Amino acid sequence: MRIRVEHLSKKFGTFKAVDDVSLEIEDGSLVALLGPSGSGKSTLLRILAGLESADSGNVWFDDEPATDLHARMRGVGFVFQHYALFRHLTVEQNIGFGLDVRGVGKQTIKRKVAELLGLTGLHGLGGRYPSQLSGGQRQRVALARALAPEPRLLLLDEPFGAVDAKVREELRQWLRRLHDEVHVTSIFVTHDQEEAFSVADRVLVVNKGRIEQGGPPTEILDNPETEFVARFVGDVNVFPATIAGNIATAGSLRARVLGDVPTGPAHLVIRSYDLKLWREDPGIATVQRIVTFGDRVRVQANVDGAGPIVAFFPRRSSLLRGIESGCRAQIEVTTARAYPAESSSLYPMSTTA
Amino acid sequence: MSEPASAVALPVPEAPPRSRARSSSANVRRLGQFALGGVVLAYLGTILIAPLGAMAYEIIALGPLTALKSLLEPNALLALRMTAILTVLSVVINAVVGTLGAVAIVRHRFPLRPLINALSDLPLAVSPVMVGLAFILLFGREGLLASLTAALGIKVVFAFTGLLLGTLFVSLPYTIREVAYVLEELGTSEEEAAATLGASPFQIFFRVTLPNVRFGLAYGVLMTLARSVGEFGAVLVLGGSISGQTQTATTFIHDAIDQRATASAYGMALLLALVSIVLLLGLEWFKHKKHGGSR
Amino acid sequence: MKSTAYALEPSRGERIARHLTTLYLILIVAVPLLALLWYGVSDGLVSLREALASPVARQALWLTLWTSALVAVINLVLGTATAFVLVRYRIPGKSLLSALIDLPLAIPTLVTGVMLAILYGPESLLGQSFTNLGFPILFAKPSIVLALAFVTLPFVIRAVEPVLIELDPGEEEAAFTLGAGPIRTFRTVILPAIAPAALSASIRSLGRAMGEFGSIVVVAGNIPMQTLTAPVYILGEIESGAPRAAAAVSALVLAAALALHGLAHLIERRLGARHV
Repeated sequence: MRIRVEHLSKKFGTFKAVDDVSLEIEDGSLVALLGPSGSGKSTLLRILAGLESADSGNVWFDDEPATDLHARMRGVGFVFQHYALFRHLTVEQNIGFGLDVRGVGKQTIKRKVAELLGLTGLHGLGGRYPSQLSGGQRQRVALARALAPEPRLLLLDEPFGAVDAKVREELRQWLRRLHDEVHVTSIFVTHDQEEAFSVADRVLVVNKGRIEQGGPPTEILDNPETEFVARFVGDVNVFPATIAGNIATAGSLRARVLGDVPTGPAHLVIRSYDLKLWREDPGIATVQRIVTFGDRVRVQANVDGAGPIVAFFPRRSSLLRGIESGCRAQIEVTTARAYPAESSSLYPMSTTA
Repeated sequence: MSEPASAVALPVPEAPPRSRARSSSANVRRLGQFALGGVVLAYLGTILIAPLGAMAYEIIALGPLTALKSLLEPNALLALRMTAILTVLSVVINAVVGTLGAVAIVRHRFPLRPLINALSDLPLAVSPVMVGLAFILLFGREGLLASLTAALGIKVVFAFTGLLLGTLFVSLPYTIREVAYVLEELGTSEEEAAATLGASPFQIFFRVTLPNVRFGLAYGVLMTLARSVGEFGAVLVLGGSISGQTQTATTFIHDAIDQRATASAYGMALLLALVSIVLLLGLEWFKHKKHGGSR
Repeated sequence: MKSTAYALEPSRGERIARHLTTLYLILIVAVPLLALLWYGVSDGLVSLREALASPVARQALWLTLWTSALVAVINLVLGTATAFVLVRYRIPGKSLLSALIDLPLAIPTLVTGVMLAILYGPESLLGQSFTNLGFPILFAKPSIVLALAFVTLPFVIRAVEPVLIELDPGEEEAAFTLGAGPIRTFRTVILPAIAPAALSASIRSLGRAMGEFGSIVVVAGNIPMQTLTAPVYILGEIESGAPRAAAAVSALVLAAALALHGLAHLIERRLGARHV
């Protein structure tokens, strides 16, 4: 099902949860709504589900107006962050609920439920109650339940937020594979960029109720259009800088920036992987700390006149030869971006994860 | 303390004064705990256990069978029947109203909500005698609505209707408060999920909401039951305790005491006490279930 | 209050159910109480003043007030202590004890009166000993206090218990590691947490005690100027055909009870105590 949203807005009191959002989602795609807490992504999702009403704007499902359609008529499957499984029903009854309320025959329900139990890897758990399941299992039941009535749209609200890291990774891969099989248009909300990028076809970055950028994951990574997107995604260093021509200067750090940036004060954004750092006297920076993370190395240095900088290298990189705490280093920036400085921004100097 | 320059054998230290102080403060603590426990036990013993024990002892001395046999006389049976009918009616009516009202209070937003909230708590603050008086002022001989009831041919005071109104009033809050509390704790996500799965409001209420509140509802129903059985002041005033007609189990006891019919009084009191204990067991059971039986 | 999701906005059936429920509440609760209040004060408090002119009435009100207040204080102190012991101490038969504490909620007040009459009556050893000591209990003021204490026993205990159970042991442990003794810890960590619940429950028990009737009418003897409480006085006025006086005094007591419950509610709201 294709989705079109135009000029959607929603306020809670004075708080603008969704601020004039317009977007289009292709049939059969798997889209991530990525953003920090409070960015409005869950509200947007709930409006699409019909769980929340918009103050203004329109929603179309396959070119038919859906704005005033009640949640139960939308054919939307919703997976809640904390599962919202019916605690007094068994797994089978949970999954079959959407079919049961529509009056589908018992035999058909039985068949469908068995299919879904197989699809979601929940064989043999049909007679259990939600309280007897693990977090990962509950989430899969929630998914199976949402899929049972064959919805034309699947919405997931931070589906993997409540489970631990290892299970989360498994569930992500599994969701991707499920989508490849089932092909229903799906949108999921997350604040975890790794999750968004590894699972989705397309990522919409949301901030303060607005969509900052939308596109395939690689595009967001390589061409962040706004400072927010650049800083939110990946490990970055940010410096206040001045632009002249296409060169940004921050203390003794100089970098060529992509795109056209107006002359004047700006924020220089450099990804931790986009720089080369090697030992050199006198150089422009002093190395502070070197930490090895398994297969990569993190080097923290202080750039003269600019402040702390963090660079990541693969462990065997030749650039690391001779680098030790206290030594001087030279830095070359491979790719950098700059965004005009807003007077009100009070971002910290460096935001590496 | 002097340290030898090269430590070959350090002198074994004496038990430091600190640990001795600690053990004595630990003793003080235990004494304090003992004292507190003793005070509490004395309190509960005097106020709660002693009267129960006295009643149990007296009944055993009298012979419980003798006491219960006195209940077989017609007046007693009629009184019990009256209490039973009043209780069943008030439980059913207040359970339905209570559940619907609780859903309205917790889930809906409407201008009269604070009023409904307040009204559902109000009966707990009113003395039963005043309840009886209030209804008499409405439906008594010179009552405000006396002409209405006369026209409808309904007798309220010194009749069944009065007893019912009084019982409904006093037992009203229990179900609505219990269900409202449980609903508040549950949150709306299961109901939202049901909506997205295509359930109608009717289906959501009966398949999701009601099953989820069932323990709170059961608890509230038992409380309503207990309160209805035990109601005295209002039914005394409104009913006049006319034996065989408007006498309830409680007013029966009251009359029996007045007439010094000890066996009857004790017998009925014993029966009501037994009923209360059974209800209490049910209450404790559902209280346990309410707080996370199924999660 | 949370906003209800759009999807769960009440349907027509739900709204009708709500209207019916509202109607029921208004008819059963609001109308009678309004009638009572109106009747009691409609002649500009003349009836009230007349009723209060009688020393019997004044004495009854005073008796009700001080016995209820005394019991409220007893509940506050001993109820909190009981909750503490129930939650923190290990005693044999705790669950039985805990169940018994709820008994006053389930047992008819009249039966309570009967039990007390048996315990302290003229035929019991206890009753006789106290009478011989010149300190009679039955048909005297002490019986009122004992009855009220029984009837309101669960209030504070049940309100404080959940608070104690939910208390984060981390806070107390932090206090200990910082050197605080048990009393200091109690004052700084535990007391502020339980105070709103204990206080509001105690106030509610005051309101409840003021209206108590069934047990009092059996044990107190209802002697005017001695052991006649306000509710029994009101009954007397009704039975002697003076509904105006009865209504006036009722309005007074009702107003006081409502004020007390309102106060308790306010404390719970503001200071976050949970009331079930």
